[in-house]
Amino acid sequence: MISMTGMTRERAHELLLAMLRIRRFEEKCVELYSAGRIRGFLHLYIGQEAVAVGVMRALRAEDAIVATYREHGHALARGMRMEALLAEMYGKREGCCRGRGGSMHVFDARTRFYGGNAIVAGGLPLAVGLALASKLKRNSDVTACFFGEGAVAEGEFHESLNLAALWRLPVLFLCENNLYAMGTALARSESQLDLVRKAASYDIPAAKVDGMDVLAVETAAHAAVEAIRAGGGPRFLELATYRFRAHSMFDAELYRDKAEVEQWKKRGPIVTFVAALRAAGLLDDADLARLEAAVERELAAAVEFAEAATFEDVADLTRDVYTREAAAR
Amino acid sequence: MTTYRDAVREALRDALAGDERVFLLGEDVGRYGGCYAVSKGLLQTFGEERVRDTPLSESAFVGAAIGAALGGLKPVVEVMTVNFSLLCLDQIVNTAATLRHMSGGQFSVPVVIRMATGAGRQLAAQHSHSLENWYAHVPGLRVVAPATLDDARWMLAAALADPDPVLIFEHVQLYNVEGQLDPAITAVDLDRAAVRRTGTHVSLITYGGSLSKALAAAEQLAGDGIDAEVVDLRSLRPLDAGTVLESVRKTRRVVVVDEGWRSGSLAAEIVARIAESAFYDLDAPPARVCSAEVPIPYAKHLEEAALPQVPAIVAAARRAVGG
Repeated sequence: MISMTGMTRERAHELLLAMLRIRRFEEKCVELYSAGRIRGFLHLYIGQEAVAVGVMRALRAEDAIVATYREHGHALARGMRMEALLAEMYGKREGCCRGRGGSMHVFDARTRFYGGNAIVAGGLPLAVGLALASKLKRNSDVTACFFGEGAVAEGEFHESLNLAALWRLPVLFLCENNLYAMGTALARSESQLDLVRKAASYDIPAAKVDGMDVLAVETAAHAAVEAIRAGGGPRFLELATYRFRAHSMFDAELYRDKAEVEQWKKRGPIVTFVAALRAAGLLDDADLARLEAAVERELAAAVEFAEAATFEDVADLTRDVYTREAAAR
Repeated sequence: MTTYRDAVREALRDALAGDERVFLLGEDVGRYGGCYAVSKGLLQTFGEERVRDTPLSESAFVGAAIGAALGGLKPVVEVMTVNFSLLCLDQIVNTAATLRHMSGGQFSVPVVIRMATGAGRQLAAQHSHSLENWYAHVPGLRVVAPATLDDARWMLAAALADPDPVLIFEHVQLYNVEGQLDPAITAVDLDRAAVRRTGTHVSLITYGGSLSKALAAAEQLAGDGIDAEVVDLRSLRPLDAGTVLESVRKTRRVVVVDEGWRSGSLAAEIVARIAESAFYDLDAPPARVCSAEVPIPYAKHLEEAALPQVPAIVAAARRAVGG
């Protein structure tokens, strides 16, 4: 059971609302995908919401975020407008990236959200560089870098951890271990299953956290971020979590048992948090209905916005390839 | 007198002195002074924070430069050779080149990446290739090749002023070239090709390390009464097709000299553009002098045989003019 010591009603409802926004948004995305409104790849975060929500609460507005192609949850938790996100997935001009990125490439300058990177481990060097800029500019900004456990098999993971540690850069590495790199279980791809040891081998303080417990994530992220901000160099957190849905909309899930999925669902970040809040007297039926209704309103407005949004003029196909149009010859 | 190497170094020194956002990073750029001694002495002047030695991890430090550029700095990366840049191809092609477009114009990536290219030093098949056309294929990148001392001295400033990723290819055979900088030149653009020699009978289109060979060939041809024009592309992406076509429409004959392999080469692209836009202005089929389709070998005579050389350029030009 999640510990509720010191929890206020207001904070509890904020956390729950943040997770519900992601969950309901993505459930709607599945509907819209089936209806052909969204195309391309769609990687759902359902089951992992506690990670993005917990971590974002430890960050300030000036901090930077680098995420992966499974990033709707991170973008929403970071404060990106739901309507701009959904319009992007519709491929509309009013989307956050004018329809150039889609589900896998969400960017948002206002919240310092640097993607939406769909090359596994490709975002890590980018995060190291953003942290290097903070260090050279002598500010106290932290870069939070999310990636899945599949990334630890890539060379860029090792190169980036080494460089971040060598230069003592203010970057928080967040490894969301959902046990499967698409369909490949960790044990089938790694000789060393203890991911914390991999980070520790670069002299980066590292810890494993229950990624299904939003409070545990928030606490661990807060401690790590403060240590980084104090000049302590990079930190690494492994967040043990599970994706309840298929890898993408094209995944028949032949690689894992239904029973395993059902077991993990019992430990779901929302269902357990709701139970703990009810038990602590911090949430009742009316509260939950009110939160769900707020999410429903926001979602309905986002769908309406995305439906009404327009498609980019094809004459503008090559805009933004270069900053100066003269270079685009 | 100055060397090409000194010219690049002075450009780096200017950039570091003139803008505190500029910093250098790469393998052995600091204490060692750069594998081609380009950055020698800069560490002593500007310190370890701004002249940063990196581990041998091209993907991480090039990616870090891209990230630092996103974070508001102006990194200048040195990759030892274009062959090694294949270890960071992901960061250059999948990230640097795409971010501006993929983010709907929200983020530009003002990174400059310098690397050595080309053969001629008997460094064999993993240090000698000319792969700049791979990068010139990619929208979102700018690719330039300074072939002269003045371009070596001034292209960096133009690259740093550009808000998008710029790749600078320095041919290894140029570093020791000596000459005088033109005191009248204090800035260059990255957009235009340059006519390095005017002529009326045949156009020799080239860039980078092959420019001196094309000019030498033009001198020989002049002895036979053939008046060759030599065009230095300077920018490989975007291509200044206007200057190329203007030259070809005047001379009506063209030989493209390119140290890349012929198949899928920049030379192929240039010939295609000429065929598309100036087909009826031509009096002879366009010709190409490229490297032989072989990994560049070590032995000196084999290496020389693999590369475009002056006699082959002269012969191709003679064929083009019907001589």
